[in-house]
Amino acid sequence: MRLSDIKIGKHVWVSGIEDSPLKPKLMEMGIVLNRGLNILFKAPFGDPIAVQVGSFVLSLRLEEAKLIKVKSN
Amino acid sequence: MKVALLGNPNTGKSSIFNALTGMRQQTGNYPGITVEVKTGFLNKKKSSDRIKIIDFPGTYSIYPRSIDEQIVYSSLTDKSNENHPDLAIIVCDSTNLDRNLFLFSQVYDLQIPVILVLNMADLAHKKGIIIDKELLLKEFPGIAIVETNARVNLGIERLKSEISNFKFQESKPNQDFKLCSISDDNCQSEQAEIRHQRIHKVTEKLVTDIQTDIYRSNKIDKIITDPVWGYLIFATILLLIFQSIFSFAAYPMDWIDDGMLKLSEGIRTWLSPGIFIDLLTEGILPGIAGVLIFIPQIALLFFFISILEESGYLARVVFIMDRIMRPLGLSGKSVVPLMSSVACAIPGVMSARVISDWKERLTTIMVAPLMSCSARIPVYTLLIALVIPKTYLFGFMNLQGLVLFALYFLGLIGALVVAYIFKLLIKAKSKSFMIMELPSYKIPRLQNIGLSVFDKVKMFVWGAGKIILAISIILWAMAKYGPGDRVENAIVKISKAENFKTLSQQEKDQKLNAIKLENSYIGIIGKTIEPVIKPLGYDWKIGIALITSFAAREVFVGSLSTIYSVHDEGDENKRLADRMKLEKRADGTLVFNLATGLSLMVFYVFAMQCMATVAVVKRETNSWRWPLIQMAYMGVLAYFGALVTYLIFK
Repeated sequence: MRLSDIKIGKHVWVSGIEDSPLKPKLMEMGIVLNRGLNILFKAPFGDPIAVQVGSFVLSLRLEEAKLIKVKSN
Repeated sequence: MKVALLGNPNTGKSSIFNALTGMRQQTGNYPGITVEVKTGFLNKKKSSDRIKIIDFPGTYSIYPRSIDEQIVYSSLTDKSNENHPDLAIIVCDSTNLDRNLFLFSQVYDLQIPVILVLNMADLAHKKGIIIDKELLLKEFPGIAIVETNARVNLGIERLKSEISNFKFQESKPNQDFKLCSISDDNCQSEQAEIRHQRIHKVTEKLVTDIQTDIYRSNKIDKIITDPVWGYLIFATILLLIFQSIFSFAAYPMDWIDDGMLKLSEGIRTWLSPGIFIDLLTEGILPGIAGVLIFIPQIALLFFFISILEESGYLARVVFIMDRIMRPLGLSGKSVVPLMSSVACAIPGVMSARVISDWKERLTTIMVAPLMSCSARIPVYTLLIALVIPKTYLFGFMNLQGLVLFALYFLGLIGALVVAYIFKLLIKAKSKSFMIMELPSYKIPRLQNIGLSVFDKVKMFVWGAGKIILAISIILWAMAKYGPGDRVENAIVKISKAENFKTLSQQEKDQKLNAIKLENSYIGIIGKTIEPVIKPLGYDWKIGIALITSFAAREVFVGSLSTIYSVHDEGDENKRLADRMKLEKRADGTLVFNLATGLSLMVFYVFAMQCMATVAVVKRETNSWRWPLIQMAYMGVLAYFGALVTYLIFK
């Protein structure tokens, strides 16, 4: 599963990030293995999406969310 | 001593900087690249042990993701860099240590002495977060820790004394640490992995009982990012902002206008006439007035923008606009530069630095001057008063207001269309991205807003002001002198004319001024370009105004006043419009008919006509290539836009 497929209100865990130039950028923002993510809301047209990471809200374009592998338990 | 102020965005870093340095701040150009750094001084006295604080852009990591973040990397990692700090203050959001300690530990690993500022300590306490400082000191020996609450200036004195009395202690080098190059993603990812594990080990024990109140702001966000409400709220806010700018700024603008006029008259009465007085009252003072007159509008717009920014709302605007802007080759972050450009393209172009993607940033810069800025307003209002009747459409819509709105709209549409064309033409260097924090909502701080407005106004005055002033002086000279004794001959000729002697002294003066201008260098250029602008419906007199306003649009109005010999007394605009309405062509038809008026308006919507913007774009893109392309495409757009308009309405 990718973060881009997850519906609003769901809680998931990070299971990996695809290798890409954005990987370090995502990790710097707290997207690391086993981190819990809440999908909070989405912009009109469903892109970008807002995700709760720890105690802050991160906005990601769908393309970037696609890089993040997640699992639901 | 040089102290670097670092931290994630939205941690209250700028509040700390303002509290530490007060008004002892300055913005300077960073050598080599185009980024400006803010510096300030901790202490008042001018001495060698003065402590200089360098405010770096907010970052999540030492590795940059946009052009303005590059100075963090280059300053921290290069010991010979002139901004390499002796001490770093890292401002952290206490409620979000997990992410904030990332940057902190990077700087710590670079073996730069660090004061760790735990800001928003009160909020953390309220949330039940208790930070074990002993444990932090054990993990990161040698640092100092200060708890602050910058919003109410709590802990600032402690921080000041910690900075002044900081004792350097050798920190133990981290064996796992490796400094990666900016482009080495694998190295950075590996390092990030190790770093997170290390931080997590600390924060696990450090931080107790986190309860997030994200759900409260989540409810607000659901409305603000709603497909219907979101855009409706944004449109309403924009409308209110521009409405209040137009109504409030009019007063101080009138004062500046009157004040400069009185000053210039005063000088003329009190000092004996001469070339220097002419230069002062006809060249320099109107030049300065031309700069000052825009300050109220620019200050007001940035007042509102910084309120929106400080409150956290602007990040939501970026969020809801991103998907709409992307197909046009722009990003959600282009909204702020484009909005700023409605006041003045200079701060607009400069604020495009926050856009991480090179192509999106360049596109934003290239189209920003198409947004109708405040310098176009005097041109628009004069031309509208001239050719658009004061009638109401459908009984309630003011036709003149509608045309003004249409001009702004035309600029906006032009910007979006050109952006799309650029998207097709420019090759991307890398894939664009927008990984952005949506900060929690906050009540804006007046001090931060005040300083930000001051900063933007200063940017305009120094950026545009110098050029506008210089060009006004050059133009003054070109309008006063002609080749050889051409001007003198023309004066002699007209004073010998039959009807000249019957005129009153004031009429004689006006006539002479017009004759002088006609035979000056500028008059000659105006006549030379007449064949080129004739298809647009312009004569050589309008040509003069076009040339004189080449460097700054608003000069158009002043030049026409001189050309049509309107004495600058009382309601100049109305008198100028009245005078222009009488102007006839050789065949007896009116010069300023609807077609010519509209054609001129369209010309000014699209034409660059602003040297200051050209200079800023050159600086921001680091080459002459882009400003020249920009001038060329805007010129072509202006000429053919005006031509088509003229042909339609003729």
